[in-house]
Amino acid sequence: MKLSKNFTNPLAANNPVIVQILGICSALAVTVKLEPAFVMGLSVTFVCAFSNLFMSLLRKGVPSRIRIIVQLVVIATLVIVVDQFLRAYMYDVSKQLSVYVGLIITNCIVMGRVEAFALGNKPWDSFVDGVANGLGYAFILVLVAFFRELFGSGELFGFEIFGDWYTPNALMLFPPMALIIIGCIIWVHRSINKDLQEK
Amino acid sequence: MLNLFINSVFIENMVFAYFFGMCSYIAVSKSVKTALGLGAAVTFVQVMTVPLNYLLNEYVLAPNALAEGVDLSFLSFILFIAVIAAFVQLVEMIVEKFAPALYNQLGIFLPLIAVNCAIMGGSLFMQQMVGTEINSVGDSIVYGLGSGIGWWLAIVMMAAIREKIEYSHVPAAMKGPGIAFIITGLMGMAFMIFSGIQL
Repeated sequence: MKLSKNFTNPLAANNPVIVQILGICSALAVTVKLEPAFVMGLSVTFVCAFSNLFMSLLRKGVPSRIRIIVQLVVIATLVIVVDQFLRAYMYDVSKQLSVYVGLIITNCIVMGRVEAFALGNKPWDSFVDGVANGLGYAFILVLVAFFRELFGSGELFGFEIFGDWYTPNALMLFPPMALIIIGCIIWVHRSINKDLQEK
Repeated sequence: MLNLFINSVFIENMVFAYFFGMCSYIAVSKSVKTALGLGAAVTFVQVMTVPLNYLLNEYVLAPNALAEGVDLSFLSFILFIAVIAAFVQLVEMIVEKFAPALYNQLGIFLPLIAVNCAIMGGSLFMQQMVGTEINSVGDSIVYGLGSGIGWWLAIVMMAAIREKIEYSHVPAAMKGPGIAFIITGLMGMAFMIFSGIQL
């Protein structure tokens, strides 16, 4: 019961990106097309899940004074694994993501979940929490990328959706539009969940 | 060098062009005073860590730098973040000692400079630009300064706008982060006019 709530909560009601405003840093720049957004979402889910798992296993052995540096080492190691994997098997996507793969290290979601959840919970719960938060992040990324790719180039995953009649709106491909789209997503989300609104 | 400076402050602004450091940018931009303090801290850390990481990259990480035939570039994430984390710890201690008021105001965001993507992103971009725009320690200092000031400028402008917007009728669901994203998007569009500048 509790486990399933832990899993569904970060997907909508307590989404890390649009409610807690975490991890926006590396999120928006990879949303020009769906493919890199998808890969980025999965990478963050992987890193988040395993850093939660490992830190939860280590939580009793690490003194709290040096925990930040231990966390950074664990996270950085996982990110290096992801980076090398992408370079080996998905070179094109890894070129598109460029420095943003490295920036998963500084993604506040990963660090935030380790601090807020993994240090006080059992490994399996932490793992589930990491997966759920990663997926909540991936969901927003894919949503933003969907609108940007659809209207910015008339395609989805590189397949043409709109025919010749559609003139691509190049503005959608520029960085500012990602911010405006995410602002609108927050607007819709908070209109539905009224308790999140600020007074 | 001037070109590099102008470029990193305005054209490739950390916030508007790359979304770096968005988490603290959204969360700490409620008052101009705090924003000024955090901006100064980020700029300082940036000016110090980018050259340090440049030296590290030049003499340890780059192919054939440490010894003939040794390429340690896959370790760059972990070494860069270690330098940054150590340095932020230092700044935190200095601020706590000499400016306790600022220390209380910045709260959790001071240690979070370590995971501020602007800092890590600055070092990673510096690594990519080695050999093209950045060829010496001096260049890397200029780049660190420029990108730090760019971030500073962005957060202070944002804080000033948000102080004014307190008095406006924003739709309830848009209050707080929602409107902040849209304002940033509009500011980003304004900053796009710099993109044609050639020096």
